[in-house]
Amino acid sequence: MVSLSSYLILSAILFSIGVVGFLLRRNTIVIFMSVELMLNAANLAFVAFSRYLNSMDGQVIVIFVMSVAAAEAAVGLAIIMAMYRTQKTVNADEMNLMKW
Amino acid sequence: MLETVLFVILAVFTVVTAVLVIVQRNPVTSAIFLILTFFSLAGIYLLLHAEFIAAVQVIVYAGAIMVLFLFVIMLLNPEKEKRLVARNRLMRGVGILLGVALLLQIGLVFREVLLEGTRGRFPPEKVAALGNTQVVAQLLFTDFLLPFEITSVLLLVSIIGAIILAKREI
Repeated sequence: MVSLSSYLILSAILFSIGVVGFLLRRNTIVIFMSVELMLNAANLAFVAFSRYLNSMDGQVIVIFVMSVAAAEAAVGLAIIMAMYRTQKTVNADEMNLMKW
Repeated sequence: MLETVLFVILAVFTVVTAVLVIVQRNPVTSAIFLILTFFSLAGIYLLLHAEFIAAVQVIVYAGAIMVLFLFVIMLLNPEKEKRLVARNRLMRGVGILLGVALLLQIGLVFREVLLEGTRGRFPPEKVAALGNTQVVAQLLFTDFLLPFEITSVLLLVSIIGAIILAKREI
């Protein structure tokens, strides 16, 4: 039997990898992928808790998280496409129109 | 014993592919490694006896969302990045430092988890008898009916938003 802590620590490692990718990478698409990694880490924690607490609520919430992730990916990628059309770049450093 | 071995293999695979996602210069390679991460996470959900979530993970994440990512990457076809990370050295240091600090904090909390209080009403045997998908569906359409309906509104809003944003010049 794998302990709950192992699953939660795996989730923490995945989340930290997502945070580091989000903070360090400059490509907007890769930043979005890092966000997906963080959402998946949260999902893993939800499923692990649901298993070890004898409650199925966590698995239902994972479905909601997945639909939010799908909505976020659709809108976010549309924003990236709109930015690319005007700026001809996906680099986050060069997207500085609102910087003063 | 078998469960532990499978968990270790899947966990190592997940972490390695997740690291490879954020160190690739080519976004297409990143996306492929992210798909591999999602597949091994689906395996971990199977170990946790969440069969429905594992199937949805493969269908929605590895299928729908990553196809969307690959479609946008190939549509935009951005040139390979010259520099992997931020130019500013201070930002790079702060980023890595924050990541490590976060990992230590969450890791210390999760290292010793004490589960106290009452357990839920779905022990593993009962879920196995009723069927995982049936239990999830029953909860989704009774206790979580309002969030379920709100999710449908959210998806509608995101469809409209994506079409408006992608359609014309802004």
